[in-house]
Amino acid sequence: MEPIETDLLVIGAGPGGYVCAIRAGQLGVSTVIVEQDRPGGTCLNVGCIPSKALIHAADRFHTARGQSGDDPLGITVSEPRIDLDRTVAWKDDIVSRLTGGVAGLLKKAGVKSVQGQARFVDGKTVNVTTEMGEQRITARRIVIATGARPVELPDLPFGGDILSSTEALALTQVPETLAVIGGGYIGLEIGTAFAKLGAKVTVVEAQGRILPLYDADLTKPVADALDRLGVRVMLDARAKGHEAGQLTVETDGGEETLAADKVLVTVGRAPRLDDCGLDELSLAMSGPFLRIDDQCRTSMRGVFAIGDVTGEPMLAHRAMAQGEMVAEIAAGTARSWDKMCIPAICFTDPEIVTAGLAPDAAREAGHAIRTASFPLRANGRAMTLESTAGFVRVVAREDNRLILGLQAVGTGVSELSAQFATLLEMGARLEDVADTIHAHPTQSEAVQEAAMAALGQALHI
Amino acid sequence: MGMHTIRLPDVGEGVAEAELTKWHVKTGDIVREDDLIAEVMTDKASVEIPSDVTGTIVWLGGEVGETLAIGSDLARIEVEGEGNTASAPEEPAKAEPVPEKPEAPAPEPTEKEPEQPQQHAAPEPSTPRPATRRKEGERPLASPAVRRRAREAGIDLRQVMGSGPAGRITHDDLTVFAEHGPAHDHGARRPDPSVSEEKLIGLRKRIAERMALSKSRIPHITIIEEIDMTDLETLRAKLNAEHAETRGKLTILPFIMLAIAEAVSEQPQINAHFDDDAGIMRQFGGVHCGVATQTRGGLMVPVVRHVEALTLWEAARELVRLSQSARDGSAGRDDLRGSTITITSLGPLGGVATTPIINHPEVAIVGINKLATRPMWNGSDFIPRQMMNLSCGFDHRVIDGWDAAVFVQKLKTLLETPALLFVKG
Repeated sequence: MEPIETDLLVIGAGPGGYVCAIRAGQLGVSTVIVEQDRPGGTCLNVGCIPSKALIHAADRFHTARGQSGDDPLGITVSEPRIDLDRTVAWKDDIVSRLTGGVAGLLKKAGVKSVQGQARFVDGKTVNVTTEMGEQRITARRIVIATGARPVELPDLPFGGDILSSTEALALTQVPETLAVIGGGYIGLEIGTAFAKLGAKVTVVEAQGRILPLYDADLTKPVADALDRLGVRVMLDARAKGHEAGQLTVETDGGEETLAADKVLVTVGRAPRLDDCGLDELSLAMSGPFLRIDDQCRTSMRGVFAIGDVTGEPMLAHRAMAQGEMVAEIAAGTARSWDKMCIPAICFTDPEIVTAGLAPDAAREAGHAIRTASFPLRANGRAMTLESTAGFVRVVAREDNRLILGLQAVGTGVSELSAQFATLLEMGARLEDVADTIHAHPTQSEAVQEAAMAALGQALHI
Repeated sequence: MGMHTIRLPDVGEGVAEAELTKWHVKTGDIVREDDLIAEVMTDKASVEIPSDVTGTIVWLGGEVGETLAIGSDLARIEVEGEGNTASAPEEPAKAEPVPEKPEAPAPEPTEKEPEQPQQHAAPEPSTPRPATRRKEGERPLASPAVRRRAREAGIDLRQVMGSGPAGRITHDDLTVFAEHGPAHDHGARRPDPSVSEEKLIGLRKRIAERMALSKSRIPHITIIEEIDMTDLETLRAKLNAEHAETRGKLTILPFIMLAIAEAVSEQPQINAHFDDDAGIMRQFGGVHCGVATQTRGGLMVPVVRHVEALTLWEAARELVRLSQSARDGSAGRDDLRGSTITITSLGPLGGVATTPIINHPEVAIVGINKLATRPMWNGSDFIPRQMMNLSCGFDHRVIDGWDAAVFVQKLKTLLETPALLFVKG
């Protein structure tokens, strides 16, 4: 095949890679993107989007089930049923629409797409194994955006009844019993959805509490909700093996065997570095990840890396921002990573959203802080949504009341992430929030009330 | 005719700016493709910047010594045919991250208007306003739009004061910074990129030449020895108590001068000149002691002549006269020449040891370090003694280490037992 020469080559069409390619194309940089699968990466195909689809379906089903009993709103429906096959087809349709959309956007931006597995020859050259044969691509700049994959447990290798998140999102039957190994956000999001769909779910977490990366105040409403859903949470517990529908779990109290038709392993994600021959470039690493500077440059001139291969937080919106920045750098614009925050959301029930520094992290960073929370049970809109569990919390500097962080837990609070991030990027002080009219009745009023509380002027509590 | 702009290229990984170290061209010069136009220096390397076109230099982007951001305009060249730049009617503003305060406000770059809110039709603030200071290392606070504008203008936000709430940097702050440079805040710590040049003239030039001559020609050997000055200090205190009013005050220096005169009487090869061009050693009967003296213009070496013929007080008075005349500029030509050996002393600043540079064509120099009370072991106890180090340098071409050591030991003996200075024969 005729070799391709280009300015910019992006390897991997996940959210980081495709955004990078689209922006580069828009800026007139000749760009090629290589992807072995459908565009969209983990996020669109087997991550953010399909999991949110499943969560939504599970919520709808769960609500209906609640209404088939004694519903306080006075709604009665007959016992609902779910055809998970159709649910998955609906989800797949959303996914294809989105990935098709991405392919269209790439085309519109003038980006050439090559399907196949890329392998580095050197820092300027890549060979792609395509259906048509070997395609050599030479580029002035290369962006590594190969993402990450689920980590496997030696005792529970993927396959059969042992599922990664990818297979769990493609199940066409609700398993009777499901064990989730790893109480991080991925395990809890999918585990909660299956519990709502009727599975008997057990979460096995090695540490002392679920969502160990969040502080206890934020995770308590989630733990309470899991309890109400009938999800069993085993803490300080390790899964040892799975045989004939039985999972062996080791705890401080000894070994226990529990029924698990399916086992979902969500114990972390590891960067995908091996299959594109990256070892041959011997790039500088930072732990298991590629080391990058504030312009996403690796240790090799002209080679950039974005997204999950560059480490935590492994979030699509971080990869997208990195991709956009790298494209602009490739087009000759002065850019560097100067973001104040990368908001993060955990789509459990209730949802958790965090942006900037939590109180402990702010103190560890050496700030004298003031912090205040406003509970959603004092928020009118939350009451009308039957979702009074949770709160909004603000962390600010004591000396000039600059907001350092915002966190919330509650139903639907994920949408507050935009306000949180904007406040942090704009350098807002508590007064800026307290003096802004927040529309009534919305849950966002709790943000204003939290800021007022931090100033000692809360109105509604 | 078109205009071609050469931008400062990316000269190395992780480099955001570079210092302009040399222009190979000036405005009006004709350059050919690949001719060098400038040299810049990063903290990593010096890089030569060639022209990529043939044409006439019409504008240079800075002065030697200035720091330029990578990607900023370096030079503009008028070329045949089309250039890469729309020819601007006015001279473009310099894009430099650390602007010196310009004489007149530089015009805004015309080709790229900063994305600034339009409500600034109101009078622009014309002077830097007082602003909140950030602690060292604290991240500048600015909205994403301000950050983007700063980056595109090559302004390092860490140097910009923020006048907004909590020290937030506003669009106005950025405009003020771009026009006036950093606000005056004497307490603020910031990098100083300035370089000042001064041509060496007069005494300073002479000192530089003499030092270079001495240091490059003479292979020095330096011996450092500690001297117990307790007895000499006791004697000096007594003499000053009794005779200071009538005979003048004694410092340590006249004692040292006498000790040198005594020591060289046994080792005349140390009180000598080595005329290295002619290959001749010239020993002197007279001991003419140069005394290195700090004056406003720099180092001078007035000479106390014939120390071998002076009493302690005569040497002391001559020293006072000479150092005063050296300092007030009234020293005559004869006061400043003809030394055969030199003493250098920084008094209490004198450090523990020094490596003094011989006053060419002499062959030895005696350096005096500071006097301090130190615990010394007398065989059974530590006792406080007033100790002082001597750092003596010798021209190793003509003075062997042995002779140098003998000389130093002689000085030590004389100074530790000062009576020996006054007992002749």
